[in-house]
Amino acid sequence: MMQITCPHCGPRAQSEFVYERTVDSVVALDAPSTQAMATLFTRTNPRGPDDEIWRHTYGCRAWMVVTRHRVTHEITAVRAVGPEALP
Amino acid sequence: MARKAWVDAHRMSRYSALSLLRGAFNGQSHWKPAWRHPDPKPHYDIIIIGGGGHGLATAYYLAKVHGLTNIAVLEKGWIGGGNTGRNTTIVRSNYRQEALHNLFEFGLKLWHGLSDDLNYNVMFSPRGALTLGHSDADMVTLAQRGDAMRCDGIDAELLTRDQVAKLEPLLDMSRTARFPIEGGLIQRRGGSARHDAVAWGYARGADSMGVDIIQKCEVTGFVRDGDAVVGVETTRGRIGAGRVGICVAGHSGHVAGLAGLKLPIESQTLQAMVTEGVKPMINTVIMTQALHCYISQSDKGGIVFGGDPDNWPSYAQRGHPMIMENAVAQGLALVPALSRLRMLRTWSGVTDMSFDGSPIIGETPVPNLYLNGGWCYGGFKATPASGWTYAHTLATGKPHPLNAPFSLDRFERGATIDETGSGPMPSSR
Amino acid sequence: MTGPTRAKDGATINFTFDGKAYRARPGDTLAAALLANGITLVGRSFKYHRPRGIMTAGVEEPNALVTVGVGGRSEPNTRATDVFVYEGMVARSQNRWPNLRFDLGSVIGLFSAALPAGFYYKTFFGSAKRWMIYEYFIRKAAGLGNAPTKADPDRYSHRAAFCDVLVVGAGPAGLQAAADAADAGKRVILVEQDAVLGASLIRDPQDLDAAWADAMADRIRKAGGRILTRTTAAGYWEHDLVTLTQLLVEPGQVPSNGLAQRLWRVRAGQVILATGSLERPMAFAHNDRPGVMLSQAVRTYIRRFGVVPGQRVVIATNNDDAYQTAAALTAAGVEIVALLDARTTASSVAEAARATGLPVFFNALPKSAKGGRSGVTGLEGVVDGVPQSWSADLIAVSGGFTPVVHLHQQAGGTLSWNEAAQAFVPDVARQNVTTIGGAANPIAVGVIRPVSKPKKSFIDFQNDVTLADVDLAWAEGYRSVEHLKRYTTLGMATDQGKLGNMAALGRLAEQQGVSIPEAGLTTFRPPYTPVAMGTLAGPGAPHGGAHVRRLALYDVHAAKNPIWQPLGYWFRPRAYPQGAETLAQAALREARAVRTGVGMTDVSTLAKFEVSGPDAAAFLEIICATSVAKLAVGRGRYTFMLREDGLAFDDGTVWRLAENRYLLTSSTGGADRMATHISYVRQYLCPHLRVSAVNVQEHYAGIAIAGPKAKAVLDGLIQAEAPRHMSAIPATIAGVAVQVLAASYSGERAFEVYVAASEAAAVWQACEAAVTAQGGCLYGLEAMEFLRIEKGHLVVGGEIDGRLSPYDLALDKMLNKAGGFIGAAGLERPALHEKGRRQLVGLEAIKGDIPEGAMLIAGPGGTPQGHVSAAAFRVVEGGSIALGQLIDGFDRHGEELIAASPTRGQEARVRVVHPHFYDTAGDRYRD
Ligand SMILES: Cc1cc2nc3c(=O)[nH]c(=O)nc-3n(C[C@H](O)[C@H](O)[C@H](O)COP(=O)(O)OP(=O)(O)OC[C@H]3O[C@@H](n4cnc5c(N)ncnc54)[C@H](O)[C@@H]3O)c2cc1C
Ligand SMILES: [Zn+2]
Repeated sequence: MMQITCPHCGPRAQSEFVYERTVDSVVALDAPSTQAMATLFTRTNPRGPDDEIWRHTYGCRAWMVVTRHRVTHEITAVRAVGPEALP
Repeated sequence: MARKAWVDAHRMSRYSALSLLRGAFNGQSHWKPAWRHPDPKPHYDIIIIGGGGHGLATAYYLAKVHGLTNIAVLEKGWIGGGNTGRNTTIVRSNYRQEALHNLFEFGLKLWHGLSDDLNYNVMFSPRGALTLGHSDADMVTLAQRGDAMRCDGIDAELLTRDQVAKLEPLLDMSRTARFPIEGGLIQRRGGSARHDAVAWGYARGADSMGVDIIQKCEVTGFVRDGDAVVGVETTRGRIGAGRVGICVAGHSGHVAGLAGLKLPIESQTLQAMVTEGVKPMINTVIMTQALHCYISQSDKGGIVFGGDPDNWPSYAQRGHPMIMENAVAQGLALVPALSRLRMLRTWSGVTDMSFDGSPIIGETPVPNLYLNGGWCYGGFKATPASGWTYAHTLATGKPHPLNAPFSLDRFERGATIDETGSGPMPSSR
Repeated sequence: MTGPTRAKDGATINFTFDGKAYRARPGDTLAAALLANGITLVGRSFKYHRPRGIMTAGVEEPNALVTVGVGGRSEPNTRATDVFVYEGMVARSQNRWPNLRFDLGSVIGLFSAALPAGFYYKTFFGSAKRWMIYEYFIRKAAGLGNAPTKADPDRYSHRAAFCDVLVVGAGPAGLQAAADAADAGKRVILVEQDAVLGASLIRDPQDLDAAWADAMADRIRKAGGRILTRTTAAGYWEHDLVTLTQLLVEPGQVPSNGLAQRLWRVRAGQVILATGSLERPMAFAHNDRPGVMLSQAVRTYIRRFGVVPGQRVVIATNNDDAYQTAAALTAAGVEIVALLDARTTASSVAEAARATGLPVFFNALPKSAKGGRSGVTGLEGVVDGVPQSWSADLIAVSGGFTPVVHLHQQAGGTLSWNEAAQAFVPDVARQNVTTIGGAANPIAVGVIRPVSKPKKSFIDFQNDVTLADVDLAWAEGYRSVEHLKRYTTLGMATDQGKLGNMAALGRLAEQQGVSIPEAGLTTFRPPYTPVAMGTLAGPGAPHGGAHVRRLALYDVHAAKNPIWQPLGYWFRPRAYPQGAETLAQAALREARAVRTGVGMTDVSTLAKFEVSGPDAAAFLEIICATSVAKLAVGRGRYTFMLREDGLAFDDGTVWRLAENRYLLTSSTGGADRMATHISYVRQYLCPHLRVSAVNVQEHYAGIAIAGPKAKAVLDGLIQAEAPRHMSAIPATIAGVAVQVLAASYSGERAFEVYVAASEAAAVWQACEAAVTAQGGCLYGLEAMEFLRIEKGHLVVGGEIDGRLSPYDLALDKMLNKAGGFIGAAGLERPALHEKGRRQLVGLEAIKGDIPEGAMLIAGPGGTPQGHVSAAAFRVVEGGSIALGQLIDGFDRHGEELIAASPTRGQEARVRVVHPHFYDTAGDRYRD
């Protein structure tokens, strides 16, 4: 079980978090249909690091982007997203 | 010629009780290798990437059904070492969606004669695949699934509470249970098999017809002529090919990526576990409508347990305590007597989670390159059907009617086959 | 005199083995106590039922497995070497019939020549059914102990802990490391699987002894460290999480406070592994006989337990450590008949021992153990190539040491080959983990080649795998170590290959003509030693980890003794039968009350979201596929939501309560999914919108009042004019502020009253009084189904099953023409617009009652063209009706089909009709 450092709460057990999707799967609201479907239905699915969207569901419920290695599970970055993280 | 001689020699070592008895007097010294360990040739008509059950079955049926023998199966490690050798071996065809149950039923029919066909006992044991229902609503859902199967000529039987209790006396049948058992749906022709034997039996069969099975040979790239694939780069050198079939389960995304393709597949870890062996206590394969655990007992006596996949992408081939503990808690809620058994081993595989939960068997946008993947956590049962239809596709360049609905382009076209109706996100499946 | 002995004094604990009473000393393991009572035959092996004794003194024991405890506490396959005897312990041998000494199963051993590794792959052909006949007997013979048949009366707990340093293993290295870390101010946890601290120094007290261990333990505790005995580090997971399993009582023992075991999840800053090493046996014929024991185990029984396991001993070794066993035996007054040292050149230790008169032979290897089921009688060996034999009642063996690197490897670390020790040792660590002591530096050994015939030379004792099996696997092409393991079942027994793996690897390397590290290595996975399932499940077991949520109005319903129905996390009333009414009768009565008068029901579990802020409407128009912005204040409308792929996944209503404040409701079962979806859009997709979306599902309880008399009821309750259909007003009922929404699921004029859950009971009472005053009654989920089906309303999970588009559900006219909602892009996918889609239809029975879930077929033998998603009866007129999905169903109204349910033996002839059976014009919503 991993330990994920929530940008708002600090390090917490993975059991408090839910993986939602990859950053590359995010369909922009205004994307044309074919592009939207390509985004929705394909992944690079790398055997290496990827940017993933996780949620601190059983904690502060904030969403975040976690950069994580798919083989070693090493987490190299966690970035806050959402209204509070806007510039 | 050398091959023919070998093949002839091989034919002589048919497996039987008699040949075992003969071995009792010669120290079992007469057995030949079950398959050769050849070096790759420079070119094959068809190369199959991945020596799992599906890849090996494909090679077997290419040779047996289509008479094509200039074929290689390239395996990066040892055959059967992927999900084939890591799964909980539930074999059934009890799917609600027509395209799915038709494909899996074709496979189930092959399972019933597989040991004989391969002359290798794969220990397919139709002990019954039982799905428990925990409410009237569950029972209607189960009836619907059973009705769909029965209308397509597939066996399914709805069981009452009492019938379930009789079949599995250790289930907690109390009315106050958290998930009271109202009945079940059983597919009596379903059951389980010995996973390694499936890989080995297909390998031995394919090899005996001349297929080269090449282990420790990882595909690291594709050789292209224009758009078309004309061979593969491997850790054992470049090998030419007329057609190439990807069959690498959890590594589908990676291997397709070598050809510049992105797939509707996310790789996730699925784990399973087995307890120490005990005398027979679980008779069927128990699944449930409300929970995410399934239980069976192996011939050696271990209780085989599985649960949810780790719902996040991973190639780690390593399990997760939280998911495991959850599956065990659910199993104990169903069969309280399991509490004192000890969990002996855990393992996991990298599953190819597709974006509608159904497999992909067919062409890719790259000429000469074909894909078999997206089996999620349920492809073992399909091994014969997958091999048969993929062999047809690779041999003819066109899908077999059974795999035609499982094309790669169905997602973007809108023709997904979604058994659970849970949509495109594999993490919510 | 032969066999094990111990002075009879001090044995005060009563226990039984196979029904016979014995006594043990405090601190005895069961194995020690059995030996002390002269018992050498303890178990039977898995495959050939060979007689087996006690081989080790630890967790690696492959042979001495017993069942301990009774009833729901009985624990099969318990290692006699790893369970401490307690008063009243009941232990039984296993895998034998009728008894341990005369086990009929052992006839299998007579056929062992015809049953080599993997024999079952080569025979038992025929149909799958035929295999099942053979399999029946194979399964009966397989397995070891019997599982309990009763529920476990004990509880198991889970606990989380954090520390700076976790030390695994309380031998000299571990104790020192833990004490140093504790002294340095670190938060320390030290775990030891044994009941006492000290590990190797209990066996070999030299400069350090048990007193030193106690002193170190004191130091650790004084510095604030925590020491857990009977606790095993079972799994090393990601990010330095280690799971520990702690025995609070011994297997089968009755816990005083009900707690049997505890699972710890420890997140450690650093992990130190001082896990020592395990002694390896040697491969020679009949090396599995009772009386063949690991050399260190012999020492342990003598020095720790005071049991002398034999009187005439042969020692076979390839290393110096066994000379300490010789010393211990000599000190105990035992005759050492021979010490076979496999090495060709004598070490200084060996020389010194020989100088004392010990009968040491160099270049000497064991070949075959003589004896029977109660023990050995001698050993044949080969000294300098010349056969020799000795009579003996105990053979102590040491084939070198395998460092316990399991946790290091579980953590992702790599191993390297230590040629001197002929063992794998930790190399690069992946996580924050270091290995110290014997686990990192095993002692040197001589390299040996077995001289005996491989046939009865066991390497996996429990599973009866011999060197011959390894050879056979190689010859048959199972050359990877993983194939070897799987083909022979090596390492798959309850000892998880702790003893045998290295011997097999050595043999494989020999066959391949390569060095052992080139031959390969298998991976260790959790758990280090087997873990009770109850411990893994912990407190989650009785409810499968799924807690039931309680309705705010639970007590109110419970008092009426309804039929309950599980829905989502809740149980909701399905019907409130009166007298002897059946479910169907009650539901029909309740539904009729709604159609003809008034009824009320609890709708609290519906998903509810309060959406507010200047961009609330814009936000909702992303979530909902219908338009929202045009909604006037105080008005509401039906809505539905699409996934990104364009398929419908939920529906509900949206209400504009104030200028910038909306209430969105959706289905109970989809509540979590909807909450996540809304949160995703809010937090990730559109963070710049000025909007707040709050999940108020359980904040508000909901009461629905429906029927022609509902308006009159409401008017009275709120002392004002009830809102018209699809309007909302704030009001007061019983002095409590409520929100009244005029919405109808039943098809009648109806209202939903939302009230803070904490104040719901008072409002419910008032409503119920008013409803009964009008001659109405309560209705449950079943009546609600009847009503909505007749009206043609959809349900999530039924008609909205995640596979249909808004076109298929005839909802497309409501789609927001402006687009911009989630799913708009997915809707354009071509196949959603092709022929052959399943479409929503109504079904009317011509003959028979329509079975819910049935398949729609053209005639007997037909393949399904669709199915019945929900079936009911016309509430007032009677007559079976249903909703369904049918291929191209929109164009097939009037067609006759069969609704067939072969699994239930039911069938009806049906006509395809429009899916609205009741008040299609919506007149009944108007006052
Ligand atoms: C824990 C678990 C439980 C399961 N339980 C069940 C079950 O009960 N019932 C069921 O039906 N299914 C089950 N499954 C799913 C099932 O195991 C798989 O769907 C099925 O075995 C896949 O077979 P395969 O041959 O496609 O893949 P694999 O057996 O994984 O074979 C793929 C092979 O490709 C090789 N490979 C990968 N990359 C390369 C490369 N670049 N070059 C060469 N070779 C490569 C791999 O080494 C591997 O051997 C389970 C899976 C898991 C993990
Ligand atoms: Zn947080």
